[in-house]
Amino acid sequence: MTDFSIIGKPTAMVDAAEKTTGGGKYTDDLSVPGMLVGKILHSPYPHARIRRIDASRAEKLDGVLAVVVGKDAPNPYGILPVGHDEYALALDKVRYVGDNVACVVAVSEAIAEKAVELIDVEYEVLPAYFDPEESMKAQRDLIHDNKPGNLEKDYHHAFGDPDKGFAEANHIAEARFIANEVTHAAMEPHSTLASFELDPHTGKMGRLTVWSSTQVPYYLQHKLSLVLEMPMAQIRVIKPLVGGGFGGKSEVIPIEIIAAIAARKAQAPVKITYTREEVFWAHRGRPRTIIDLKTGITNDGRITCVKARVVQDGGAYCSYGVVTILYSGALLGALYDIPNIQYDGYRVLTNKPACGAMRGHGTVNVRFAFESQLDELAAKIGMDPAEIRQRNLLKPPCITVNGLRVQSYGLPECIEKTVERSGWKQRRGKLPRGRGLGIACSHYVSGAANSIIRSDMPHSTVNIKIDRDGGVVVYTGASEIGQGSDTMTAQVAAEVLGCSLARVRIIAADTDLTPIDIGSYSSRVTFMAGNATLRAAEDVKKRIAAAAAKKMNCAAEDLVFREDVVFKKGSVPPTAKRDEAEEVEVTQAGASVSGRVEGQILRGSLQQKRKEEGPKDWMTFEEAVVAAIDFHGALTGTGSYAPPQEARGGKHKGGGVGPSPAYSYSAQVAEVSVDEDTGEVTVHKVWAAHDCGRALNPVSVEGQIIGSVWMGMGQALTEEMVWKDGMLMNAGMLEYRSPSSVESPEVEPIIVESIDPEGPFGAKECSEGSLAATIPAISNAIYDAVGVRLHESPFTPERVLAALRAKRKDKALNLTEGVDPTSPARFREHGGSLCFKGKGPERHPLDPAHRQAPAVSGGTD
Amino acid sequence: MKKELIELKVNGRTHELAIEPRALLLDVLRQDLDLTGSKRGCDESSCGACTVLIDGVAMMSCTLLAASCEEQEITTIEGVSQHGSLAAIQKAYGDWGGAQCGFCTPGFIMTVKSLLAENPDPSEADVRAALSSNLCRCTGYSQMYEAIRSAIAAEQQGAAAK
Repeated sequence: MTDFSIIGKPTAMVDAAEKTTGGGKYTDDLSVPGMLVGKILHSPYPHARIRRIDASRAEKLDGVLAVVVGKDAPNPYGILPVGHDEYALALDKVRYVGDNVACVVAVSEAIAEKAVELIDVEYEVLPAYFDPEESMKAQRDLIHDNKPGNLEKDYHHAFGDPDKGFAEANHIAEARFIANEVTHAAMEPHSTLASFELDPHTGKMGRLTVWSSTQVPYYLQHKLSLVLEMPMAQIRVIKPLVGGGFGGKSEVIPIEIIAAIAARKAQAPVKITYTREEVFWAHRGRPRTIIDLKTGITNDGRITCVKARVVQDGGAYCSYGVVTILYSGALLGALYDIPNIQYDGYRVLTNKPACGAMRGHGTVNVRFAFESQLDELAAKIGMDPAEIRQRNLLKPPCITVNGLRVQSYGLPECIEKTVERSGWKQRRGKLPRGRGLGIACSHYVSGAANSIIRSDMPHSTVNIKIDRDGGVVVYTGASEIGQGSDTMTAQVAAEVLGCSLARVRIIAADTDLTPIDIGSYSSRVTFMAGNATLRAAEDVKKRIAAAAAKKMNCAAEDLVFREDVVFKKGSVPPTAKRDEAEEVEVTQAGASVSGRVEGQILRGSLQQKRKEEGPKDWMTFEEAVVAAIDFHGALTGTGSYAPPQEARGGKHKGGGVGPSPAYSYSAQVAEVSVDEDTGEVTVHKVWAAHDCGRALNPVSVEGQIIGSVWMGMGQALTEEMVWKDGMLMNAGMLEYRSPSSVESPEVEPIIVESIDPEGPFGAKECSEGSLAATIPAISNAIYDAVGVRLHESPFTPERVLAALRAKRKDKALNLTEGVDPTSPARFREHGGSLCFKGKGPERHPLDPAHRQAPAVSGGTD
Repeated sequence: MKKELIELKVNGRTHELAIEPRALLLDVLRQDLDLTGSKRGCDESSCGACTVLIDGVAMMSCTLLAASCEEQEITTIEGVSQHGSLAAIQKAYGDWGGAQCGFCTPGFIMTVKSLLAENPDPSEADVRAALSSNLCRCTGYSQMYEAIRSAIAAEQQGAAAK
């Protein structure tokens, strides 16, 4: 059935009014009586042993209730079971500038800030590591004692026969690519409010409630239980509105645990909200990545082999690192048909904030390298870059050489549509000097087939309750973070039950009320929570249908639920007969009738109408519900989703990461112009086709596509975390250069629907897969415009200019420290922006950057 | 610091408040008046999430002293919806996907209101220039333009009907 009444129609989000009126509450908007404020003391050193912490001066300050330090909660934790290497507050060592050392709880923010400065910490400074390739050589002063060579994890995979693959190739390209570090910078800074209740039986502190800006309430509940040594059942995590996540809130940022231990010590509710600068330190973004890539193709454009060596600058803790480095290799597969793949991945620890999961987790930087290299190879054999991609398509259903199952595959249509809409064939090569077009593709998982904590537990479970009022309440653990999760849930439930969206209420992400859902990450919600919702709704519907069928004297299978009416198949439902005016009236009546049994107080007119009509071949949704409730009592239904065994991937070590029940696909064409005098790149337009299986809410799908492309463009052109001696030099929204409206191009989203056989109504993910294609589409367009290949992102004016000058064999400008951006050989000491070659901004007196204040060069900009 | 008594006129209502002279308008709105619709996205007026109208002009309340706003009309996002229903711009932001996570939305809506008060029929370039004072990390801004266009059309239709 393709004729839907709810899904597939542009729908305003169910929480849109809360957001546009300012009435909706985010964590920092909440307060409870007696609430105190927490402020965290951060490490000024990138790597140091803590000799002593003396908080006595801070504790004596009027208005300070408590000072919390590491030994108040000494249990290690981490988002991955293999990576329990973090402490809420540093125990004996700090590992990055910004590491959490102590937390002051006070009656006001001003007092807390003052008290933080009164904490005396004695450090023994240790040598620090900032460059992953240097860090790997470390013999002593390791960042974590149990990680020799500061190596968090390495993987070495070979699928097919890589040597044979390269032997079969007619052309081989080999190059080093570097993608610099970026961060989520979600608009809402992380915030947590923690409060204990007194237990009526013991009289002591009992249950803990935590409100937090999190994408993963259940993981948070689990980690809190681990660190606080409390049973999970004593902890309630509530996720209020969340102001964007992009992966940055998909793990336990210590703030949540710190707030809980602070509340325990201060014996009062505590709220901690990060400043914007602290958000940058908390980070967990996309690591700087060195990719040594080698690709072989035949004369007719077939890829014979890919070999990638990937080194990720992971920062000081494991975080999601082991998963990130695996995704980088695994998703070399499942986009094109590549018969031989060799992958060597190294996740390296450095003394910088930990990197974690960020939109397009693990795949983005490698995709930039791969799609750029494919473009080079196409040029080498004189083939249209769109065509070389079409030559290497998969033939689904299939299982890739690295064990990924692909079913629905909209990539061919994505390429076709972007090529057509962008005028690729007619315009490419005919644009004025300095202007060019580039194409690239990407894909992403619709949820990981294996959860972080391996178990047979369903990944999503949804409960539905329908009572006599005819209201449908959906209880889901899925976390709305702005992507439209609650709206998707409501749409799926309403579509299955054939009721209006207004009937559906979503209760989401509250561990006391909602069944377990592992969270909003890896683009899993629509596919997994959507499927669970669909099953829960069908579960309840079955019972309603049985009762209604009895009343209507027919078989339950013969009933159709649609637009708040239950009617016999083949009969003309009253909704179809009504003209518009009546429809409004009846829908409103339907919504306001207070669901009581016939013979009691039904609305006079409606009752009369029903009598006149004689034997029923239809009844309202509410009447059907009441009929079922008379039979069963209040209706509840449960549905859950676990990915099928066949989709869980190969048996090789690390084979658990990468498999997904379905993959989304994207193809993009970018049109850019390059100013050859300044090196400035302007993106004029991006055509982005995305295969989302089925667009449940087209306006949201388009929003997600545009947002992904936009974020990819930010990484491609301006966004970059700039470091000096482990110090982040641009910890602010303007300094980080998140693009504003004037720098943002037009993005034309093109929805492609491949109807996945297992997705809810055929739907797959739409929030991440488009990001990765944007960066190489832009770099390929730059090549088309001015003939230079950029191998290091972002493509800032100085990098582009250096590349242009290198191509013209002009003397290199002293802008990028002698590194050719078309073939970067090593990481520079810091991210590479020239403005910090001289004196950085003034900071704390203990700042390591002060140790050897470099001579001011006068600036080269 | 010793508190002082001030009067603030917010969304048409006058409030008498005891505040520290250094208190910022955003903190007073959020903490003393519980008007939490204005958001703190940064601390240095670079993101625009705290935008409010002061005598009709869009200002960032995170770097504005509350005491300096005495005797001025302060309008926050809570004062935008009228007669118990959404203003055209609020409805349009919902319909067109102008708000995703919604954290930046109040600031954007205040900026748009100030723009439209000054220029009821702005060109796309005008809109882009005006919105550049605010940052959004979700939408890539495109759907906001559609929302603004549709709100302007709705306002014009409404005006024509009157």
